[in-house]
Amino acid sequence: MKEHPRHARPHITRDENLIFERSSPGKCGVDLPAAEAHEQSAAELLGDDLVRKDIPGFPEVSELEVIRHFTRLSTWNYGVDTGLYPLGSCTMKYNPRINEVVARLEGLATDHPYAPAELTQGCLKVLYDTARCLAEITGMDAVSLQPAAGAQGELSGILMIQACLADRGDPRKYILVPDSAHGTNPASVTTSGYQVRNLKSDAHGCVDLAELDRAMTEEVAGLMLTNPNTLGIFEVRIREICELVHRKGGLVYMDGANMNALVGVARPADFGADVMHLNLHKTFTTPHGGGGPGSGPVAVRKVLEPYLPSPVVVRSQDGTYSLDDDRPKSVGRVRAFYGNFGMAVRALAYIAANGSEGLRQTTQDAVLNANYVMRRLEDLYDLPYNEPCMHECVLSDKRQAASGVHTIDIAKRLIDYGFHPYTTAFPLIVQGAMMIEPTESASKEELDEFIEAMRAVAEEVEEDPEFVLKAPYTTRVSRLDEATAARKPVLRWKE
Amino acid sequence: MRYLPNSPRDREEMLRTLGHSSIEELFSQIPEQIRFQGRLNLPGPLSEQEVLGFFQQAASQSTRDYASLLGAGAYSHFRPAAVDALLSRGEFFTAYTPYQAELAQGTLQAMFEFQTLIAQLTGMEVSNASLYDGSTATNEAVLMALRLTRRNRVVAARTLHPEYREVMATYVRHLGTEIAEVPYSPSGQLDLAALEAALSNETAAVVVQSPNFLGAIERFSEISELVHRSGALLIVTVNEPLSLAVVNPPADADIVCGEAQSFGVAVAFGGPYVGFLASREKFVRQMPGRLVGQTVDTEGRRGFVLTLATREQHIRREKATSNICTNQSLCALAATIYLCLLGKQGLKALAEHNLAKAHYAARQLAAVPGTSVPFESPFFNEFVVKAPGNADALLSELRREKILGGVNLGRFYPELADHLLVCVTETVNKSVLDRMVSVYQEFSTRKQAWAAAPSGASHPVGQEKA
Repeated sequence: MKEHPRHARPHITRDENLIFERSSPGKCGVDLPAAEAHEQSAAELLGDDLVRKDIPGFPEVSELEVIRHFTRLSTWNYGVDTGLYPLGSCTMKYNPRINEVVARLEGLATDHPYAPAELTQGCLKVLYDTARCLAEITGMDAVSLQPAAGAQGELSGILMIQACLADRGDPRKYILVPDSAHGTNPASVTTSGYQVRNLKSDAHGCVDLAELDRAMTEEVAGLMLTNPNTLGIFEVRIREICELVHRKGGLVYMDGANMNALVGVARPADFGADVMHLNLHKTFTTPHGGGGPGSGPVAVRKVLEPYLPSPVVVRSQDGTYSLDDDRPKSVGRVRAFYGNFGMAVRALAYIAANGSEGLRQTTQDAVLNANYVMRRLEDLYDLPYNEPCMHECVLSDKRQAASGVHTIDIAKRLIDYGFHPYTTAFPLIVQGAMMIEPTESASKEELDEFIEAMRAVAEEVEEDPEFVLKAPYTTRVSRLDEATAARKPVLRWKE
Repeated sequence: MRYLPNSPRDREEMLRTLGHSSIEELFSQIPEQIRFQGRLNLPGPLSEQEVLGFFQQAASQSTRDYASLLGAGAYSHFRPAAVDALLSRGEFFTAYTPYQAELAQGTLQAMFEFQTLIAQLTGMEVSNASLYDGSTATNEAVLMALRLTRRNRVVAARTLHPEYREVMATYVRHLGTEIAEVPYSPSGQLDLAALEAALSNETAAVVVQSPNFLGAIERFSEISELVHRSGALLIVTVNEPLSLAVVNPPADADIVCGEAQSFGVAVAFGGPYVGFLASREKFVRQMPGRLVGQTVDTEGRRGFVLTLATREQHIRREKATSNICTNQSLCALAATIYLCLLGKQGLKALAEHNLAKAHYAARQLAAVPGTSVPFESPFFNEFVVKAPGNADALLSELRREKILGGVNLGRFYPELADHLLVCVTETVNKSVLDRMVSVYQEFSTRKQAWAAAPSGASHPVGQEKA
């Protein structure tokens, strides 16, 4: 306790201890209903040797203390509700409140996955409708909502490619992954049992067709491509890319992380992708929740439909819904039950609120916002690939690095101006990357403030780089010692 | 569109700044032939009121008027109001993974508390900050054991949740990993002789669920001795972790993982849930998923950061310990809030409540003629009942009384056709249990009457399927 003296202080600087440090014996935050059947003790029912006597260190606090504790913690966070959150590749857009309301409706929030299908038609309809909408948006033929997050969608997709090629008698060994890809792409490939072959990008940050032609050998099962790529650039030759892969007997996986650039404007199936995942927590406004739950539905063309994870929701001619698990060619199950159902509810609410026109307008605003930021900052920050961008733009710290200030330092200083930073140091093909994705949820007014802040930081770097290096100055804690945290990990509280 | 903050004038001004006359020009990089020109065939646009109406309609076609005795990996427990009130703080639910620690101390401290609570409950030294769900957590535990032992065989109990076993099969198929299945004994617990026979010096891990899928609580002293003698790791899956408040945790396990949905997370037709994985400190560098660690800032103040990221995909790419990117932060937060509310006493009292009620139900059912509780092992809030006749027909009768009577085990275990897996939590009142018992009694009486009838007509009860 000596290290953390407890003073009465205003909220903003209050040191909210760990809940375990607030605990004292005899307190409890709930009162349970009266016992109805306590005729025998746990020891009598289970045998004394099985019965647990104590959970050492477990907290004991009242309801109000729990409310205050977590309310205080929440105020140390920054969310989309707090302000602009231009974290590239993460699509931090507004999470509509009605989504939260409908996902908590009794019936939808309470039905059990093993309740009989004839009694859970509402939930099954939501799953069916969501899948159908996502198929329409991507141009694909079928969708599974089972994958729990984007990375699991990737894995499911790659497993389907594997199963399909194996059926053709030629499973192959490698998947091509561009050097600009998200880290989950190569990791998912490895998890599937394929090996990764890296594909170097061309001078425009796009797939190099000649390079692809060389790399796409008979041992290669396919290409895993993000479009628009992680530079925010649309792969202009996408049709040729897909045709080339198909011609050589491979399949194309599209990482749909950047789908916020395309909804209503272009459909991946129309340009040749065979399978893709969507991140409902990015494009379709399900909340990021501080890092999950996500949801990573996987959409496929007809050729891959038999391999979708099992079960799949189907609609019969009389309009009733059921789960089809008689799918002999399925790659199997990737998680228990039917996926993150609650996220499907929210995504469907978002899609229905917008309709076709609303989604298109959303995409247009997202792309307009990103281009606006890029063009208003390119005179002060290096723009490594000077191409029109889609939903996000990537600048670099090249000019500031000359003064010893890097992307992470500029990001930290941005915090003092009231903004969440952009994504730092990604994609890897840009040294000192600053990846900015404003999304459609940023107003021009807010973008102008952000741009002003970015310009102010650039000036500060010129005048006093040391000052920027020590930022942030306005947060509850200053820069944290990550090296020690990793060298001597303290991963839990102990008495 | 009500979610979009830019006005038409804003858009015009921005386009002008960019030197464009129309928004279409911004999309000129997309080749004409693949630009989508039509109208997507989607519902909407809907007002907020209409969105609510649409989902209210869907919610009405549900089991919300039923009492539920369904468990099997998804447990109905009462969720205190404080849980959703706190989860609904925008600072929590609209934030992302705490890469910028200075702006995310709330999430980070809560995850550190989650890790501590899970470690305390499981009796393990360390826990990660959550995984997708119990099935993937179990699978990640297996992959972790394969890495740690560099062996390639897995032994799994037949009483591990059937869907968890399916997930594992999906993941390890390509690794050439062989999964051997160990049956259950007549008591419902793991068959120790069969376990011993299945073990070899190539076994990487043994996966045992407790309480297992049939509700039986396993006794780990002999299991762990056998497993460790072969040099394998013992993985224990717990998907009803409330049991850990009254049942000793498996102290000799190497990894304890599972599902924490019971702790304040809605049943929600199967997800989102929250997996956990706890282990020994010495294995931490092979653990999958996010980890939050304590550290200090430049002024020496305590703070929290994501740590040991060198295990993860965004750094290690194809060499990462797992392809997992997100955890289930918000669901883990729900579990953290829930566990803090209940605390040491509340959790124990709730677990005792479940235990007593389930045993009450089991006793009453076992007394119905033709009905039995076939497995003698100790159980927590879930147990197997042999129905007095066709189980589906019995379930239909229960449904008429607005009771979802359990999961027909024949679906997962052909040898247990006409056996029901029944789960009793605090959400089911004693009066419901008594009503359930009456339905069993009537069902049984009618069946016996038919059996006594001279015609020898085949099982009319079995034909009553609705």
